[in-house]
Formats: sequence, structure tokens, C-alpha cells
Amino acid sequence: MKLTLSWLKDHLDTPAPLEDILYALTDLGLEVEEVDNPAEKLGSFRICQVIEAVPHPNADRLRLCRVATYPGGPGTAMQEVQVVCGAPNARTGLIGVFAPVGTHVPGTGVDLKPGVIRGVESNGMLCSERELMLSDNHDGIIDLPADAPLGQRFIDYRGLNDPMIHIKVTPNRPDALGIRGIARDLAARGLGTLKALPVPQISAKFTSKINVHIAPDLKAKGCPHFAGRTIRGVTNRPSPNWLQDRLKAIGLRPISALVDITNYFTYGLNRPLHVFDATKVKGDLRIHAATGGEAFLALDGKTYTVRPGDMLISDDTGPESLAGIIGGDASGCTPDTTEVFLESAFWDAITIATTGRALKINSDARYRFERGVDPAFTLPGLDLATQMILDLCGGDASAIVQDGQAPDTTRAYRLDTARVVSLVGMDIPEVEQRKTLEQLGFTLNGNMATAPSWRPDVLGEADLIEEIARVASLTKLQGTPLRRGQPGVPKPILTPIQTRERTARRTLAALGYNECVTYSFIDNTAATLFGGGTDAVQIDNPISTELTHLRPDLLPGLLRAAARNQARGFADMALFEVGPAFHGGEPGEQHLQAAGLLIGAAAPRDPHSTRRPLDVFDAKADAEAVLAAIGAPSRTQITRKTAAWFHPGRSGNIGLGPNIMATFGEVHPKILNEMNVKGPAMAFTILVANVPLPKVKTPTRPALTLSDLQAVDRDFAFVMDKSVEALTAVNAAMGADKTLIESVKVFDQFTGDKAEAQMGAGKKSLALTVRLQPTDKTLTDADIEAVAAKIVEKVSKATGGTLRT
Amino acid sequence: MDGLDTLKAKYLTAVANAADESALEEVRVAALGKKGEISAQMASLGKMDPDQRRAAGAMLNALKDEIDAALRGRKAGLADAALNERLRTEWLDVTLPARPRRIGTIHPVSQVMEELTAIFADMGFAVAEGPQVESDWYNFDALNIPPEHPARQEHDTFFMHRAEGDTRPPHVLRTHTSPVQIRAMTEQGTPIRVIAPGRVYRMDMDQTHTPMFHQVEGLAIDRDISMANLKWTLEEFCRAFFEVPSVELRFRASHFPFTEPSAEVDIRCSWAGGQLKIGQGDKWMEILGSGMVHPKVLTAAGVDPTQWQGFAFGMGIDRIAMLKYGIPDLRAFFESDLRWLRHYGFAALDMPDLAGGLSS
Repeated sequence: MKLTLSWLKDHLDTPAPLEDILYALTDLGLEVEEVDNPAEKLGSFRICQVIEAVPHPNADRLRLCRVATYPGGPGTAMQEVQVVCGAPNARTGLIGVFAPVGTHVPGTGVDLKPGVIRGVESNGMLCSERELMLSDNHDGIIDLPADAPLGQRFIDYRGLNDPMIHIKVTPNRPDALGIRGIARDLAARGLGTLKALPVPQISAKFTSKINVHIAPDLKAKGCPHFAGRTIRGVTNRPSPNWLQDRLKAIGLRPISALVDITNYFTYGLNRPLHVFDATKVKGDLRIHAATGGEAFLALDGKTYTVRPGDMLISDDTGPESLAGIIGGDASGCTPDTTEVFLESAFWDAITIATTGRALKINSDARYRFERGVDPAFTLPGLDLATQMILDLCGGDASAIVQDGQAPDTTRAYRLDTARVVSLVGMDIPEVEQRKTLEQLGFTLNGNMATAPSWRPDVLGEADLIEEIARVASLTKLQGTPLRRGQPGVPKPILTPIQTRERTARRTLAALGYNECVTYSFIDNTAATLFGGGTDAVQIDNPISTELTHLRPDLLPGLLRAAARNQARGFADMALFEVGPAFHGGEPGEQHLQAAGLLIGAAAPRDPHSTRRPLDVFDAKADAEAVLAAIGAPSRTQITRKTAAWFHPGRSGNIGLGPNIMATFGEVHPKILNEMNVKGPAMAFTILVANVPLPKVKTPTRPALTLSDLQAVDRDFAFVMDKSVEALTAVNAAMGADKTLIESVKVFDQFTGDKAEAQMGAGKKSLALTVRLQPTDKTLTDADIEAVAAKIVEKVSKATGGTLRT
Repeated sequence: MDGLDTLKAKYLTAVANAADESALEEVRVAALGKKGEISAQMASLGKMDPDQRRAAGAMLNALKDEIDAALRGRKAGLADAALNERLRTEWLDVTLPARPRRIGTIHPVSQVMEELTAIFADMGFAVAEGPQVESDWYNFDALNIPPEHPARQEHDTFFMHRAEGDTRPPHVLRTHTSPVQIRAMTEQGTPIRVIAPGRVYRMDMDQTHTPMFHQVEGLAIDRDISMANLKWTLEEFCRAFFEVPSVELRFRASHFPFTEPSAEVDIRCSWAGGQLKIGQGDKWMEILGSGMVHPKVLTAAGVDPTQWQGFAFGMGIDRIAMLKYGIPDLRAFFESDLRWLRHYGFAALDMPDLAGGLSS
């Protein structure tokens, strides 16, 4: 919302300087976004006179001017300055506008310096309107009437010294979309008094030929009130300078007096109006819901096809206006218009918003009606605008024609002054609270405050509090300590899952992974590759084709990140992310994942031969480390049926029965290919919530039992089919003696051609070390032999292998 | 017993001259071995009378001890010399690089979330969470943003696909963390103090906007919590978060559908040479929106607004991370550029806590 200071002062009687007004506006919630003060830009341009203009000795098209300037203002000493000027109208005696050396000329962006033009000194400039950015006119320099006071600042002479203020109006304040509403706020703040707005009595000279009818089904909601009158004998000339200047200052283009007047009311009083060329209206005007499909050529030159239910104003020939949004081209005013029908109506905000949004029309009228104009101001606004048309365009007005009536929005809420103090925490005296409301237009009756008709946003007691608080100024609010929720040391506040999320993150960083935060939505190709990409997780209005579906998994985001890093020349990387993945499109169909991605080598090249390609067991180690850190039990099962984006032979799940806690493995080469990642790549995904919570919650550890008896290590090597899994052998060995065997570990594996040459085709050797920990007596050789025999038996049976001899 | 002096001189010289451990062993055997010269002398003691024996025995024992000590001393000296010789050859170029170790990092968003949590935990705020796909009721209606309210249009909302025949309004990607207010109050009742950090989504992508970013919501409801308490809480938060001795906040009246009164909050700062300093200077920078929770919002969450009141605020996590740590570009947060992650990331053990200071 833009306004100018002089326009504001039409409504506000105030001696306050601009700075105070700007501060108050922002503090009141009408945030000042921009101020354009012409005095800062054009203040040094003054009215001057050309004493003599003679041809330039060295250039045919240039003139040498002796200019009388008055740098001290009118009535002060004259200073003669020599200026070289190229304007065709530069002549002896011309009264124009002079810019002295040192001036920044906004239209050219040049800072004036003393110059020599074709051998002749030139010290300043005689200016055109374009150089002052007043218009596009550059045919000649500004040529003022003979009575223009020499030495006066041109902005003062032309009435341009009017600061423009751009404020951000929050959606709850439609009243501030009219300058009068802004003035009212400032008056309530004590920055002046709101001037009266007397509504003229229009004497009806005739009866309008055009009548108006609201379709019965719209009276209750869409259009409760529609009024207008015919004005005949008007002359639609350009509007006067003061009006044009105001409109230009707020960024509107002056068109003609009739159109400018409607804009003037829109911005000045938040009262959008429409003028029809009455001679082009056939029959009466009907306000009705569209049946749908009607094509309508609007004033913006575009044709809109309206939808069923959109409100139209039609005459006998068809739609003449899209109600409350934009007028029609057919009945629009032209310079030749002599008879108009002036419309002032009250439209339902939601209906206007719905139509405006659907047809994508952003007009000043729509903007105001969908936020809410003053329903009680329909007729006063009509009369005020009629008077202005009569004043500027002449003519006679008819009596008002109208249908429906202003909806009664009267409502009152209880003012609880004690609650205001309690809620805001600021001591605002009761008398001040009441005064604030009254100045904002509320009517107080005891403790009941009736909201003014122009404040549709006031819908409860809380709104009264807000009005009082913002006028009292929240800047003055002093902080008051918040009582601690409970005395003493604060209790821990994180849930077990929140703690785990942090632990997983910190563990992975400690393992050397860099944390990424990637978008929750990814492209359809990637989503589909990772088991998602369904309609349920599709975004209806994506901002880019790369961000169309909620991610089913964190790996695609990490793989895309890896591809970008590879393109930047990084070959080795360890990336991770902890965050939500989405298994559906309903609220709550998300789960927390911690995913890691390893690509390249374990280390850069170094003199210690540390570098080696990362492999599945790196991913497995890190997945296990995270699982251990977040409290997963140490005894888990490995299963091989993993998701399709993993290498089928080189991946596994870590789980407890059917509950999968994590998957690790090599990423499927086809996936890498599709996602332009140079592989191989190792990855893991941890399903954080699938790790069971501890059953007992106590900081006490189980007692540590240490045996004084020496443990015994025994090694075994078995020859078995190469497809037999190591864990089968380990579990079998563990089962040989559950009390005596403390641990079984694989310490070697011998596979490949050499192994098969030695042990037979399809065979491998697997070496286990078993630790026996006696608890009550030292083991004898016989004891050890007995357990060893049992281990061999169990492992052989489970693996189909034999002890390697 | 002149013979003993000769013997002593002979063996001490031999010990001193022994070039290595085996030569030294030969000396020991020759002197103190079973058949050694001194052992032989000891054996001869038996033939002496007791007085003679006592005197000679004492001298022999002394000689034996002396030679033994010399042998041990020489042995230690030889061992040291051998070790020194070994060490002399065991030279390594210790200027070679150490064995490489991968250094991981924590993303600034995660770090700042933990900082926020540490500060608010001390003030008794728990951490609440909510779904990122939200029903429009939680994201809008319950927060006093009815369907046709212009504020809804200003949210640049992402809508989820609706299957044909499903007549429910489409779900949205939450446009703010405020719906967590409703869920937390509904689940936990009152009094309540929570913060809700997390991802939010808006259809906006340019130099300073990304379609996903992070917000933290704060909510405190009790019998008598006021806007002055809100101001104090935010002052304390900003002071602790930005790790400055004092901060100055300015509340500016504004409008949010879910709070009333509402205020935008500016913080005093200075910009000089591209450097932001919080708590000093003559500039004001907007950092968050806040207000007293609207009675309709309390009602929507099943809380009686005649009995309970309190405040809520929301602020951008990425934004305060940028301000605190001098990170220039929001878009880079989600680019996963390794150079950026390493430069702006935090070490695994940089765990923010109030005892040690958040960022030290």
C-alpha cells in the first residue's frame, strides 16, 4: 500500500515530522518498507531564467546561455552562470529549471561537473522533464510560465515535494488499504487528529434509466448490496495535475478523470468503484452467478472464461463486469464518454477471492474486496465520488438506484482491562485502553466494545487486546522473567528416539562421515528406483521437475549429492544424513532413517599404503557401530533378502527375527548408472525406530564376573562349500557348549582358484578361533579335546564341511 | 695375599677390555665360574685353619663381589651401547604424513538445533515433533487460518496429490512448524513448554529462498504467561544463542492469524565490513515472529482460553545459523558440497551444552 504525505494529511491534521510518522507506522504494525522523498532527489533543482541565448561559436545545434540563478532562493542574490544547452527551445527570456554543478541528475544518472563543451565552459544544466524523471518528455527543456517565481525549488513550485510511503499491510487490516484508515491509526497513537469527512447531499436531477437487480440467491452472500446512479453531461477530460501527481506518486498511471477518480477512492478511502459508460449499457444491470463458460473481455484487454458461480454484472447483451474484480471492455469509459453509471457495491470476500484466484486476476478492487471493505460506506462512498465527478467533469446526477442493503455486521465484545494487563504484561491504564478503542472507531457501552464497520478482522476479545497493545506500543514492552517450570535442576527433555537421532548423527560424524541435509522431495526417477514415486507421495504443484515426490529413502538424495561431488572432482567420500523418509502420503507416514554412503577409497594415497577400496564390510562395520551406539542388542541375525537397489549378492539385513534394523551392502550397479554415480558405492540404511528400546531403564550395570581361571583359545579350519555362510559355522560352534564357549570368531577365509585347487572345486576354507572360559576349574587336556570334538561335529553337521587337516 | 691383588687387577682389566657380551662371559667363567680362578681359591679355604680361613675368606668374598659388580656394570654398559647402536640405525623420516584418518562433520542445521535445545531445555522446554505431511486442518484451520483467508495464499503451499474420489482437502507439506503447537497441546495438555524444530516447505526458490528450510516453534502455556515473559524468554535465548553479553530486542506490532497480539521481533545489530555484530550498533534486523496464542488456537487444541494463556514464536533455523556463523548462502545448505560441509560443519564431539558454552 502506497500513499503520499500530503494525501495522508488530507485526513490527518498533524504537525508531526515525517520521521515521527514513519516510526509510528512501523510500530503500529503498518511496517514501512520504503520511503521515497523527492526532496532528497530533486531538492537542488531551482527555477531560473535565461538572460540571453546565443548560438554556440563552434556548434550549429548548441546554444550558449547566460542563466540567472538564485541558489539562495527567491529574492536572494542572482548568480549568473554560463550553460551550453542543446535544447531547441533554449531562448532568451525562457523561465526554466536549473541544476547547478554537483547535482545528481536522476534521469541520466550523471553527477554534474564543470565542463567544457566544444571549447566553451558550461557550469550546470537546464533540465528537461525526463532528466527529472517526471515524464518521458525530452523534446526540450522545461518551459515555465512567466509568473514562475525565480529561485523557488521546482519541486515546491510543481507540488512534487510529497514523500511517498510504501507500507506492508497485513491481511487483517483492510481498513489500512485506504489512506484514511492509516490516518485513523496515527490519530489513535496521538500523532494528530482525524479530519472529518463530510458526505455531500447530492441533489437528484433525474431518475436513472438504468436500474439494478441482484439475483435472489446472491443477496444472502455474494452481493448483499449494490448501488449506483447515472451521471449525464460529463466531460471525461484528463484529471487535474494535483490528482495526476498523487496517482503517479503511488505508481498509478493517470488515464482520464473518471478512471482516476475511481482509483482515488480505492486508495484514499478503500472504496473501490466502477464507472460504466451508460450509453453502452443496454437495459438494466443484473448481478447474478455465471452459468459458466461465458467469455468476457475485461478492461485489461484479456478475455476470461468465467466458471459456474462466478459473479457477473450483465446487461441485456451479456456480461459487462466481473463483479468486484474487473470491469468489462465493452462498457468501459473513453474520452468521449458523456454519460456514466457509477457503481458502489458490497461484495462477499470469499466469493471474490475464489473467482479472482481461479481466473488469476490481480486487481486493486479484488485485493480490497477479498480482505473486506466497509459495508456501511457503500452509499457515502457513492455520494462522495459523485460529487467529485460533478466537480471535475461536470454534469447532473440521478437519484440512487440500489438493491439489497448493507449487511449488519454489528458486534460487541467485552473489554476486560485487567486481562489486557495480564496478557500483555504492560501496565496500560483503563482510561487509556478505552480511549484507544474509541479513537479507532469502537463504540464503548460499559464494558462492551462495538467494532467499527470497517474492521471485519475484529472477531473477539483478543482482538480488542491486540488493538490496545499495538497502539500503546509493543516497543515499550519490558521483558519479565519467565518462572522456571519447576524448581531446581531441569529434567532431561529428550525422548529416547530424539536421543538416538543425535547419537546416530554424532557416531557417524565420529566415524568420518560428512553430514548432508538434502531435500525431502526428489525426482520421480530416483523415487521410483527406491520403491517410491507413487501418486500418494506426489506433490501436486512441485516447484521443479527435480522435486516432485517425497523421498522413500535417504540414499537417492545422498547418491545425487555424491554425483555432484564427483563432478567437482571428489572421488572418495563418506556422506550421511539422518532424517525422515516417507512411506506414504498421509500425515505420520514417515519414519526416521540414518543412511550412510561410501564411495572410493578408505584413504587418500599415502606412504603407509593405507589406501584401499572401500567395500561392503566397511559399510557393515559402520552400520553395526551406529546400531551399537543407539542400543541395539549385540546378537543379531543377518538375512540376505534386501531391497532391489542393493547388489543381490553383496548386501544384507541386520535384524532380530523379522524385524529389520538396518540394511547394508553395495549399491546395485544399475542404480548407480541411472543416477550417474561412478561406483562402486557402499551404503547402509538404519531404521532407527526398529531398534528395540531397553526393557529395563536403570543406570546400574550388570555385575562384572571375572574368572581367575585362564581362558583357552583353540583354532579350527574347516573345508566346506564356498556358498556356506560363515555365520552358520560360527553359530554352530557357539552351540557346542553354551557355558564354556565365550566367543567364536572367524579369523581367516581361504577362497578362490588356489583354494579350490587345493581343496576341490567349489570349496573354501574357513578358520575359526574359539575361546573357552572355564568358570569353576582349570581345563584339562581331556576337557578341551571333548569340547573341540563337539565343535567339529556341530560345525561339520551345520555346514556340511570337514575339519581341514 | 699379594696374589689377590694381582688377581683383582687381572680380572678388572679383563672386564674392562671385554668387547662384547660373549667375551665378558668368558671373563666371568674364568673368574667366577665353577672352575674359575676365584672359585678355586674359595675351594682352597677349606684347607686353612679357622683364623686364616676367616681372614682369607673375607678378602676372597670382597674380591668376588668386586669382580661381580664390575661384570654387571660392564654388561649393562655393553647392552646400552648395543641398544644405542640399534637406535642409531632405526631412523625414520618423521616428517612423513601420519596415517590418514577420515574426519566427519555435523551439518550446521543439526548443530544449531542442538544449541536451541540446550538453551530451551534449561528453561524447561521439551522438544515436540510432528508430521511433515500435514492435513490442512492442522496446518491452517486449527491455527485460525480459514480456507479463504488471504494468509493461506501467502504461504506458497505445496499440496499433496489427492486420489480421484478422495474428497478430503489435499494434505500439505507443512508450511511452518506451528501445527506442532496443536498436536503438542492436544497430546500433552497444559501447562506446556515445548520447542518444535524441523523441516518446513514453501514454494519459493531464488537467491535467498529454498523450497525446504528449517524452523523452530516455541510454545509456553500456563495460567499467567504474558507477552512480557515472551520478550524476556527471547532476550535470554538470543543472548545465550549468539553468545554475547547482552542483546536488545524490539517488538513491532504485526499480524499472524494464530497469535494475538502479534509482534515481529527485531534485534539490535551492526553491519560493518560484511561482519554482523549482534547486541550493538544502530541497525535492527528482523529475526522472528511471535505473539500470544490466539484463543481460537487454544480452543482448537482442546485448551480452555479462559483458564490458560501463553506465547508462541517461530524462527528460521537456517537463518539464525547463517547469522551466527557467517554463512552467506542459504541454498548451499542443501547442496552437500563436500567443501562446504567440511568448512561450515562441526566436529563430532562439538556437542553444544550450557556448561561448556555452545560453540566453544
